[in-house]
Amino acid sequence: MRNLLIIISILAFFPAMAASAGPREDVIAQLETLAKSDDANFSGFDAARGKKLFSAKFSTGKPETPSCTSCHSTSPKNAGETRAGKAIDPMALSKTSDRYTDPKKVEKWFRRNCNSVLGRECTPLEKGDFLAFMISQ
Amino acid sequence: MKNNKLLISLLSLPLLATPFVAIADDDNVPPIKSLIVLEECGACHLAFQPAFLPKKSWQKMMGELENHFGEDASLDADSIAKIENYLVANASRKKFRGDKAPQRITELRWFTHEHSEREAKNMMKKLKVKSLVDCAACHKGAEMGIYDDD
Ligand code: HEC
Ligand code: HEC
Ligand code: HEC
Repeated sequence: MRNLLIIISILAFFPAMAASAGPREDVIAQLETLAKSDDANFSGFDAARGKKLFSAKFSTGKPETPSCTSCHSTSPKNAGETRAGKAIDPMALSKTSDRYTDPKKVEKWFRRNCNSVLGRECTPLEKGDFLAFMISQ
Repeated sequence: MKNNKLLISLLSLPLLATPFVAIADDDNVPPIKSLIVLEECGACHLAFQPAFLPKKSWQKMMGELENHFGEDASLDADSIAKIENYLVANASRKKFRGDKAPQRITELRWFTHEHSEREAKNMMKKLKVKSLVDCAACHKGAEMGIYDDD
């Protein structure tokens, strides 16, 4: 009986998995839709712009955190560190393979970190560019 | 030796008017048993055990997460409610003198006293610890609430 239940749930799960390309692609697709509705001329995310955002220094956010690199280290391939000294796994997808797959987690940290660093939310374009850069790394 | 130290700290406790008496019997605190607290409050630093601060501290902190020690640590309302419930239910029940809602454990009198000795200062240098907030750098059992492990 228990085995049967397991088999049924596995069978029920598979079509659902096949239907979407994967959670990371879903996150990007969602951002693309938003970017397009912001700007009709939107022509795709750009890793080079994402790199600029990652390295830029801002004076509009909280003084303790002028840049994404304040915590994520200056290279996406290196581990970072929070202000309290806790290690952060590298942001580059090639180094941390399970990144950007949980849409709630991605949104939560963009909201917090953009607010801390830039003093405002990031736009869908900025978020997509940032992810394009990290995925290319 | 351990007994001596214990005796000395017990004797000195009333003098310090420390709120820590309740947990000082073995210098340990109950570990956190809530997954959401461990996950959300352990993302940037060790998830500090609620028994270190009184109820009022946690209520104040949970009400201003978008400006948490110079950082945005904001959460959705549902998570905030769940976390606050747990922290309040497990908070210290001691009377805190002065500030009734202290926000930093590291500024409580028992804490500055315990960590101003040469031992803590030397450890900080030797282990290159950035800040006293990084409890687990020195107390290997910090996540389990064990602080008398030295
Ligand atoms: C104050 C420290 C800090 C700063 C500054 C910071 N981050 Fe983060 N970031 C973190 C922490 C901590 C995490 C969560 C831990 C983890 O995912 O490994 C995180 C996670 C993230 C995630 C989620 C990753 C995932 O796997 O889903 C994104 C996206 C992100 N940060 C983007 C940014 C951007 C963009 C900036 C600059 C605008 C930035 N961060 C600046 C500390 C910081
Ligand atoms: C986005 C990162 C982040 C998250 C998430 C976070 N904190 Fe913090 N917290 C900090 C920073 C930064 C400090 C200050 C560290 C320092 O001074 O070195 C801090 C300090 C603290 C302190 C005071 C430490 C001391 O000095 O004694 C407490 C207590 C605390 N946090 C509780 C919490 C609780 C409870 C949660 C979960 C609701 C939480 N934190 C989630 C970043 C975070
Ligand atoms: C730089 C290293 C270091 C850091 C970081 C540190 N401690 Fe300690 N802690 C010590 C030392 C050394 C003692 C004194 C040990 C002793 O005398 O038994 C101590 C004592 C204590 C005690 C009393 C235990 C006892 O055996 O008397 C508690 C409780 C405690 N620390 C909690 C914390 C908490 C909570 C944090 C983080 C907010 C923290 N410590 C951060 C080194 C550190």
